[in-house]
Amino acid sequence: MARVIAARRFDGLGLRHAPGWRILPLIVAAMTFLAALAIAGAQGAAELGRHWQQGAAATLTVQVPRPGTAPSPPVAAGETRRDRVAALLRGTPGIAAVRPLGDAELSDLLRPWLGSSAEQLALPLPAVIAVTVSGATGTVGGVDLAALAARLEATAPGTLVESHGIWVRRLALLADSLRLCALAALGLVAAVAGAVIVVATRAALASRRGVVETLHGLGATDFYVADRFARHACRAAALGGVAGLVLAVPVVVALTALAAPFVSPAPVEPGLPGWAELLATLPRLPPLLFWALPALPLSAAAIGYIAAQGAVRAWLRRLP
Amino acid sequence: MIRAEGVGLHYGSSEDGADAAAPEVLQALSFSVPGGGWRWLLGPSGAGKSSLLRLLHVSARPTRGRLHLMGVDVGQARRRELPALRRRIGMVFQDFRLLAHLSVFDNVALPLRLAGRPEGQLRADVTEMLRWVGLSKVAAMRPTVLSGGEQQRAAIARAVIVRPLLLLADEPTGNLDDVQAERLMVLLREMNRLGTTVIVATHNMALVERHPGEALELARGRLVRDG
Ligand SMILES: Nc1ncnc2c1ncn2[C@@H]1O[C@H](COP(=O)(O)OP(=O)(O)OP(=O)(O)O)[C@@H](O)[C@H]1O
Ligand SMILES: [Mg+2]
Repeated sequence: MARVIAARRFDGLGLRHAPGWRILPLIVAAMTFLAALAIAGAQGAAELGRHWQQGAAATLTVQVPRPGTAPSPPVAAGETRRDRVAALLRGTPGIAAVRPLGDAELSDLLRPWLGSSAEQLALPLPAVIAVTVSGATGTVGGVDLAALAARLEATAPGTLVESHGIWVRRLALLADSLRLCALAALGLVAAVAGAVIVVATRAALASRRGVVETLHGLGATDFYVADRFARHACRAAALGGVAGLVLAVPVVVALTALAAPFVSPAPVEPGLPGWAELLATLPRLPPLLFWALPALPLSAAAIGYIAAQGAVRAWLRRLP
Repeated sequence: MIRAEGVGLHYGSSEDGADAAAPEVLQALSFSVPGGGWRWLLGPSGAGKSSLLRLLHVSARPTRGRLHLMGVDVGQARRRELPALRRRIGMVFQDFRLLAHLSVFDNVALPLRLAGRPEGQLRADVTEMLRWVGLSKVAAMRPTVLSGGEQQRAAIARAVIVRPLLLLADEPTGNLDDVQAERLMVLLREMNRLGTTVIVATHNMALVERHPGEALELARGRLVRDG
């Protein structure tokens, strides 16, 4: 037992007392915290983007003026323009659902603008048909909007097809840009962490120069010497990584809980989330976060080991 | 064991471009030492004795000529071949180079640990070696609290613990009284008798007279005596 302790205490370099080494976990903790926020940001952007795109891309609105009159080449007796347009839409590939809004629904929609007396205005209201498009997000399904509009115009002149596709493309771009920025931030954080570790390792090397030269002279390999430093850097970085993660998890969970109503189809209580909801969010973190966050301290440890090994080996090249 | 052909060294040069302004501290050294041989390394202060020992210890590579150590051409060898070579060479530095943060025991055990000896199998050897150099009582202390002579003996113990094929000693009796110096000579002679090639740099001519042997003598970086 005593021997094991003696072996563990032996590090050959006295790095426990090296200056600049003690602040390393603090810096890595801050870096890990930032990295966790960046990952959560990327995840959030992706999820919100997907949700918005699904919502916006999936719908078209078709307005048919003078819905009660006959379409221009009448097909069946008594068929109105509205019926004809709806039938045409139903026969278009890529369209999942066609639902003409009823009069009550329409006046509900218009009430905020026209007041409760909309029906009594006797205005010639167009028929409104809500169309749900199937198919890929980011485009308006597989539907050729221009061709569709031309066909509808021919049957029922004045019919308008309103798509939200232009917003979809913008939303997709926004979501992708946010994700790229988050990834860039992540890469930057990793690079800065690596640089900090290299600087700390060089400071430790400078203060241990004589020891390193003596070890080298006694026949220590570069790997052996670098490994002593790298293990210390690895341990310090892992410690910082865990601390940063412990700080970041509550923040990420709170953000996820706040964002939940906007990204999940499940109904969520309006208002601010309570403690119970926050705790319930933890196991329901998106899979990316669930795996990426615990990977942060591991990545920090790996960066610590690799950066320190590299710094020491580069330094040792000056010795024969 | 050692074969030098026109070896030169100057400092201030890295691998390639030797700094032309710096004078060569060693010039055109050619000599050889057979395995199991003994050489005193003599010469006035500044003659280049420590510098030659650095070359033989592969702490520096020759900037000119060829140096073969145990069959390895150290000028040409790949860098990663050198640690194994160094582990077969014991060196007692003029300034000891004990590690201040390790106990005397750990300092002496260090070469064994670097050679990969398991913890369980080094205690007996280190304890025996410390007894041999008379440092058993201070094994747990830091070298910084030892007297100069004790530090020197710790450095010697560290150099011989791996039973090196080549043992280099730079002024090993500098801090020792006559009794201790004689004890050290017995140790070095014994190692030499067992087959270790030994090279001892010294100013102590009385010691050389008491223990006559072949010598290499340097003056201003040149070899002026071989034999
Ligand atoms: N690291 C170095 N850089 C530059 N010059 C050096 C270096 N080490 C030694 N020298 C020079 O090389 C010359 C030989 O020095 P060296 O230490 O080899 O002499 P020495 O024979 O061991 O002397 P002493 O008996 O005093 O120990 C001296 O002029 C010294 O100034
Ligand atoms: Mg000298």
